[in-house]
Amino acid sequence: MHIELRGITKCFGALRANDNISFAVPPSSIHGILGENGAGKSTLMKILSGFYSPDSGDILLDGKKVRIASPADAIRHGIGMLHQDPLDFPPLKVIDDFILGSKGNLIPNHKSATREFRELAARFGFSIDPESYVDTLTVGERQQLEILRLLWLGARALILDEPTTGISLPQKEKLFATLKKLASEGMTILFVSHKLEDVEALCNKVSVLRQGKLVGSVDPPFATGALVEMMFGKEIALEPKAQLRFGSNVLHIKHVDLEGIRIQIKGLDLQVRAGEVIGLAGMEGSGQTLFLGACAGLAQPVGGSFCLDEDEKDMTGRTYHEFRKHGVAYLPAARLEQALVPGLTLTEHFILSEGMKGLFIDRKKAEALAKSRIQVFNIKGRPDSTVESLSGGNQQRALLALMRDPLKLILVEHPTRGLDIESTIYIWNKLKERCARGTSIIFISADLDEILKYSDRVLVFFAGRVSPPLEASTLSVERLGRLIGGKDWETLETEAAHA
Amino acid sequence: MRDSRATRLLFKVGAILFALIVTTGVLFLAKAQPFAAYKYITLGALGSWDVVTNVFVSWVPLLLATSGLLVTFTVGLWNIGIEGQITLGAIFTTWAMRLLEHSGWNPTLILMLAVLAGMLGGALWAMLAGALKTFGGVNEIFGGLGLNFVATALNIWLIFGPWKRPGVASMSGTIPFDRSLWMPIAQGSSRLTPATLVMAIVGILVVYAMIEGTYFGLRLKAVGKNARSAHILGIPTWQYMMSSFAVCGIFAGVAGAVQVTAVYHRLIPSISSGYGYLGLMVAMLVGYRASLAAPVALFFAALNVGSIQLPIVLKLDSSLAGVLQGTLVLFVVLGQGVRSRILKKTKVKS
Repeated sequence: MHIELRGITKCFGALRANDNISFAVPPSSIHGILGENGAGKSTLMKILSGFYSPDSGDILLDGKKVRIASPADAIRHGIGMLHQDPLDFPPLKVIDDFILGSKGNLIPNHKSATREFRELAARFGFSIDPESYVDTLTVGERQQLEILRLLWLGARALILDEPTTGISLPQKEKLFATLKKLASEGMTILFVSHKLEDVEALCNKVSVLRQGKLVGSVDPPFATGALVEMMFGKEIALEPKAQLRFGSNVLHIKHVDLEGIRIQIKGLDLQVRAGEVIGLAGMEGSGQTLFLGACAGLAQPVGGSFCLDEDEKDMTGRTYHEFRKHGVAYLPAARLEQALVPGLTLTEHFILSEGMKGLFIDRKKAEALAKSRIQVFNIKGRPDSTVESLSGGNQQRALLALMRDPLKLILVEHPTRGLDIESTIYIWNKLKERCARGTSIIFISADLDEILKYSDRVLVFFAGRVSPPLEASTLSVERLGRLIGGKDWETLETEAAHA
Repeated sequence: MRDSRATRLLFKVGAILFALIVTTGVLFLAKAQPFAAYKYITLGALGSWDVVTNVFVSWVPLLLATSGLLVTFTVGLWNIGIEGQITLGAIFTTWAMRLLEHSGWNPTLILMLAVLAGMLGGALWAMLAGALKTFGGVNEIFGGLGLNFVATALNIWLIFGPWKRPGVASMSGTIPFDRSLWMPIAQGSSRLTPATLVMAIVGILVVYAMIEGTYFGLRLKAVGKNARSAHILGIPTWQYMMSSFAVCGIFAGVAGAVQVTAVYHRLIPSISSGYGYLGLMVAMLVGYRASLAAPVALFFAALNVGSIQLPIVLKLDSSLAGVLQGTLVLFVVLGQGVRSRILKKTKVKS
């Protein structure tokens, strides 16, 4: 399908999310859409897939002007969108999820659908059991299911929004091979990402968006520096990893047993020193979140003990509020669900997190505090902006700005998930500043590069098993990837026995 | 359509019109003359100084209940148990009065202690609902509803049992207190008690200041809007829920105390007079904002008082006021839903 966008403009209030964007994508090609957070990529794709209507501008499919009123309308026109978080139904069987969006008879024909599912899956070398349940699939497999479903519904163009987030390396390779095969068969593919390497490896052409405008489109070979400059308007250098000397123990975990809903961790030992960064690697649901929550008193261990500080203050069984009082901060990944209060302003959040004392709110003091934090943390928002009106990157900055000072230990789930390079670097700079002042950090990430780049030591989680702390400097992405996938654990144990 | 003050007002006015149309329809069905009914309601509420003071007598407990409910709504709780809390406030007040009525103490002191006892009773009953929710996992709506029935049963048992009139127990309640122990009535009025008026006005001002201006109020809001995030931000959520129950219970208790000391001068079976449920309607109608509670509660009180005459003059039941109040709330809430739907549609289309 030939897709052409002409002068697409979309405003949300005063914000021009898309500003007069025009470009065309021919059939049999993979077109990359690159841009930082809030550049307008998602808005543009949501317009193309019927979630939003543009304020002005036209969409032409195979040269014909069309109006796409809803996602169902989009799929009727042959446009299928694969969302960042798969829009599927975890409690359903794969085959039911597959059939769900199709038009047709009152009673779906399972037999023929299953046959067609197997044929399609075989064509791409996917091995998904149609009788298994969606919630037993990995994120990568759920993506595969979505691709199959959209193809079955007659998609002739696929939009993929950040598809490489949260999937393993082999799954990513599989995905790329599939996309290339589809393109060679005449499919039009729009690939939205902020990961340069993915775009470079895959795309025939790349369009870069910045602040709602199309900066330009480039053909391969792609020069990384040039792309970064187009995305940000400037080149960004990564901070070199500073070698810090660690202080005394901040957290001492002694032979802790934890029990989650579907996961058990037994006999975990760890000593975290002041200024140290510990990365927790593993597939989602391997026990990292349970462990991190337990370090903040959000989950209680069934055995062993947690001690804080040099003087080994026993915190086992204490509540989150007591951990918090002792200088432990917890930053959840679900920002609007677990960390911020939609409906309240930035100022009100600062008042709450500071625990300001007294009866009546000191508005002047609070506003001054909010203004200074907004400036220091470079948040794009006003003191009276509600948190839900901020973009994801700015919400994450707000979370950092809400942390109290000083802190002993910062626990972070996915500190930079879904953020662009600039925000990622910014957030880690802010976290490293804390380390330099003696704060320790334990963080979870699905991004192996992030784990290796920022951690001093790494714990790998696999189905409740936890590796001994591994020096990040001795690890490679490949080795870490194998450990996450459950390989090489025997050698790990022999190494530990020798050490 | 744009989201503006004008469209919001338009929907409010529309809701009132619809409520009037439906009520008029009900009157036609009852083969009554609607305009005569409205005329008599208006006359019944504003026709003389005496009925106007009656409106204020009804306004006081209604506004007290609404004030308390604004606090529980802020923290995201549906305190339907307020009826029982009013009843327990009335029972505790009566208990204190019975204890002290022959003590020979200063009547003002006795009345003050009685109101304090009412506060205690309301707060305890509310915290029972809170404890059921916090420690027992019982939704506050179910717990509150259950406790309402228990409170009513307790009240009736007291009236027909331990506190019954000498000789014969009666649905008309316990023996009235001595006149010296009635809340002082304003000169030139038959029922208006300035002290309770002050309580209601101070009450709503306190609630307004608490929600809009204090750290306590902001934390309540945070818990109400997202308890999980509030917890992570360091707010002890269940303590705040309990405190909001306690505050609401105190207000309900005062309402009960007012009913006993200023209105009926005794304990009667239906001592709460439905002011708790009516307060829920007022709170919904004002969109849980304290600033509008006083005038809207006054309007509801006027409808209540105005319709008292209906059975006599038109042979209509006085529950007509309830029909009007209920449909009004329904249409205002419906209007909000329709408005946000239309706004969403125009946003997508524009």
